[in-house]
Amino acid sequence: MSAPVKNTLLFALVGLLILLTGVMQSWNSALLILNMGLVSAVMAIGVNLQWGFAGLFNVGVMGFVALGGLGAVLVSMPPVGEAWAAGGLGVLAGLLLGAGTIVAAIIAYRRLPRGRGRALAMAGILVVGFFVYRAVLDPSVEAVEAVNPAATGYLGGLGLPVLLAWPVGGLLAAGAAWLIGKTALGLRSDYLAIATLGIAEIIIAVLKNEDWLARGVKNVVGLPRPVPYEIDLQNDPGFVERAAGLGIDPVTASTLYVKVGYSILFLVVLLVLLWMAQMALKSPWGRMMRAIRDNEVAAEAMGKDVTGRHLQIFILGSAVCGLAGAMMTTLDGQLTPGTYQPLRFTFLVWVMVIVGGSGNNFGAVLGALLIWFLWVQVEPIGLFLIQVVTSGMAEDSALRLHLLDSAAHMRLLTMGVVLLVVLRFSPRGLIPEA
Amino acid sequence: MDLLNALVAFANFVFIPAVAYGSQLALGALGVTLIYGILRFSNFAHGDTMAIGTMVTVLVTWWMQSVGISFGPLPTALLALPFGILGCMALVLVTDRMVYRFYRAQKAKPVILVIVSMGVMFIYNGLTRFIIGPDDQRFSDGERFIISARTFKEMTGLDEGLAFKTTQGITIVTAVIVVALLFWFLNRTRTGKSMRAYSDNEDLALLSGINPERVVMYTWLIVAALATVAGVLYGLDKSFKPFVYFQLLLPIFASAIVGGLGSPIGAIAGGFIIAFSEVTITYAWKKVLGYTLPESLEPDGLVQLLSTDYKFAVSFIILLIVLLFRPTGLFRGKSV
Amino acid sequence: MSGGAYDDRGNRDRSIANPDGVGTLVARPGTKGARQTAEAFLIGDSMTGGYGAGPDILHDCTVAVNRGEIAVIVGPNGAGKSTAMKAIFGMLDLRQGSVRLDGQDITDLSPQDRVVNGMGFVPQTSNIFTSLTVEENLEMGAFIRRDDFSGTMAQIYDLFPILKEKRNQPAGELSGGQRQQVAVGRALMTEPKVLMLDEPTAGVSPIVMDELFDRIIEVARTGIPILMVEQNARQALEIADKGYVLVQGRNAYTGTGKELLEDPEVRRSFLGG
Repeated sequence: MSAPVKNTLLFALVGLLILLTGVMQSWNSALLILNMGLVSAVMAIGVNLQWGFAGLFNVGVMGFVALGGLGAVLVSMPPVGEAWAAGGLGVLAGLLLGAGTIVAAIIAYRRLPRGRGRALAMAGILVVGFFVYRAVLDPSVEAVEAVNPAATGYLGGLGLPVLLAWPVGGLLAAGAAWLIGKTALGLRSDYLAIATLGIAEIIIAVLKNEDWLARGVKNVVGLPRPVPYEIDLQNDPGFVERAAGLGIDPVTASTLYVKVGYSILFLVVLLVLLWMAQMALKSPWGRMMRAIRDNEVAAEAMGKDVTGRHLQIFILGSAVCGLAGAMMTTLDGQLTPGTYQPLRFTFLVWVMVIVGGSGNNFGAVLGALLIWFLWVQVEPIGLFLIQVVTSGMAEDSALRLHLLDSAAHMRLLTMGVVLLVVLRFSPRGLIPEA
Repeated sequence: MDLLNALVAFANFVFIPAVAYGSQLALGALGVTLIYGILRFSNFAHGDTMAIGTMVTVLVTWWMQSVGISFGPLPTALLALPFGILGCMALVLVTDRMVYRFYRAQKAKPVILVIVSMGVMFIYNGLTRFIIGPDDQRFSDGERFIISARTFKEMTGLDEGLAFKTTQGITIVTAVIVVALLFWFLNRTRTGKSMRAYSDNEDLALLSGINPERVVMYTWLIVAALATVAGVLYGLDKSFKPFVYFQLLLPIFASAIVGGLGSPIGAIAGGFIIAFSEVTITYAWKKVLGYTLPESLEPDGLVQLLSTDYKFAVSFIILLIVLLFRPTGLFRGKSV
Repeated sequence: MSGGAYDDRGNRDRSIANPDGVGTLVARPGTKGARQTAEAFLIGDSMTGGYGAGPDILHDCTVAVNRGEIAVIVGPNGAGKSTAMKAIFGMLDLRQGSVRLDGQDITDLSPQDRVVNGMGFVPQTSNIFTSLTVEENLEMGAFIRRDDFSGTMAQIYDLFPILKEKRNQPAGELSGGQRQQVAVGRALMTEPKVLMLDEPTAGVSPIVMDELFDRIIEVARTGIPILMVEQNARQALEIADKGYVLVQGRNAYTGTGKELLEDPEVRRSFLGG
């Protein structure tokens, strides 16, 4: 079987799985899986850019995704005028002071001669700067958070269309990636992996705790949508009529309509990204990336700027993850920092890329759709299996109840097994790099 | 008197908790560093290995409690600990046999093993949640305090109380014993020396007739024991929650890297550095400063440099500083 | 992709993957058929072969050492000197020829088994455990011995007094010449029947080199035959009982050290007149 035929069949298989979900469970579930699958595919393309093209080990996907989500909030939510009046400028000033402190410390490090004097000067700048920053920031933050804490208590966003938030989410992630890459990639020992792991936790911590920014664990809900609201559709006589014409009740029809709307939007983004990633892969730039990956020393000897190229692709990949994060937050209609977990948002994306095929964009997309399908469906399947296995046991058997209770955790186990099986028996993934 | 009170408050809220936490981190980091040195990859499943060992211990503890076995004033979990270690050893050996050994035979690149360890992480994580559930579990019993705050106040007549929890005492004593045993093993026994030799120079170790599979097996056994002890001590001191154990991965890696990956002494030093920084930076110093400073200078706020939720940021920033200025870690590890 | 299914995709993350000390030693023993030649204590007999499926590097090359002698392999760069030694030690794919130790055919043994059978090998680089103390290095040398090796260790300390002085120092902190002594000492701990040295004087100063040669002669005087690859052809041939000049993987000249030093052809081509 030739590779294109096999790949088409693989994609068809995933499509069939989703269709089956539609037929056997409900079309709403099927579309839900498809939509998150498409978002995951965008994340997978981002990780594949970094790992597949360049061998960069980024385990901070979660952080970039969350930053994208933050972007969605900052762009689309209406600004809270009262909060801005209370302390908006103070917060901005505080943040600028904080950034200024770090810049000053870096300048001091670069300009002053080596020695104890430099270390002391830097420490001095940082300590003084820190306290000034806190002194300016803290009262403003308190003022902002005091403004109607139950409903807002934050500065709000810009009130722009939410679709605009998607590229902005990508930009936010790119900015963070630039900072990380600048410090981590240029060193003799690059410890990108651990740096990304740490930065992701920090981003989540910031989102959880800085209430003035995005309400922290109180969550921002009710983000504007790029698609119509179900309730509006149900009140639209024309829509109800058309739904009736198709023989679907208006409520179901409206939810399906909204989800299909998201699917189309996501699909467009995915296809554009996929096209760009494919072009990049085939371009001289992509060939150079792979040349660097396969033999860094030789590439460097040929005058390629390895660190520069790595920084480039690290930022690009992270931006794609941020874009996906903004898309996801838009889909959810809310930003809930408490739900960001590395297993789900970092390592699961890695499973998608490895299973799909590192270095192959189509592989990443396939892996994302397939793994996301499994992630969602393993739970009911596991529950069903456990019910079958334990059907012989007494109705109130403690073991049976425990097992039924635990079925939800089957998905982690399954992901681990899938990853290990693929790595062992098909180490280059379902659609290997060409 | 005020100065004494300040010292006591410092000891109570900063020193003792940091020493206990540092011991737990150090034991965890030792496991990570041994795997890095001998199996040559960073084990992302280490936090979950700790969780599994602890889970077995917790289950055995519950069973012991239910049949009335107790350890007097000490937590029953200490009696259950050997079973937890054995369970964890069995699991990691089976994992090595079924998963890692294949890649060693293939001479797979270390980064592949890292990805493999991600898969193992998922499986361990799922197993733990499957068996004991994702919730908080408490399993400590026995005396709660060696010295309670009130007794201390009565004894000394100071305003500040110094509470010394049994779990903290046990953590410190156990950590000292375990570390002493580990160093005795690595530096004094033939097997321990062969492990260090293998970590140092694989080819020469093979030429000297050192059997790599034996070295790897001993490494896993030691790592399982270390992980279980670290996990149980952490669980006794705080509580057992699978997700928290997974999150410990970051401070543990930070400890190992700050100390110098591959260096056991570095892992211990790193553990204490990270623990002390985390506790001091997230502690509200108002009380201590209130005692030491003259009234006019007394601070109004809590004097907390960062909120406790940013403790990960602390480990991370220290990691960053050490790696920027001393990439090999404090004890010249291998992350050159 | 360049390196097979399990390559690292160019990843250099030292904080998660430790590429240090990853072994490269690959056992490649065995040939297709042996040829019988003269009796020597250790002989790599008419060896032809290369690395893996690559081109042959050795062509019908024979190197041998007799009891109580020092044999030296010299030749220009890329002549296959070290390769010949690796072939004798079982790290090369031999397509022809055999290796015999003390009359026993060891062609099919792995390097580890050759050590057990009495070969001591000192690689050219990475030949000590840098983080272990000198004494621990020697102990690891004796790893396969389950008997009491304190006597052997005392002998080695007699041969290399400096090692006794620095026994508790990490070997990595020693000077180049001292490290080589540790390396030789480590190999002697198994009480080998024959000692093989791959360029023991590479990268040390001329004074240290002279001292190392003195030590090697002393080791030879204890009755252990020594086979050695040397870059410094003249000095090596001066202490050699037997010399092999290899050129492009073939035996070019063979004779006693003295004969070779006096051979005008050898002098002109390899000893700089």
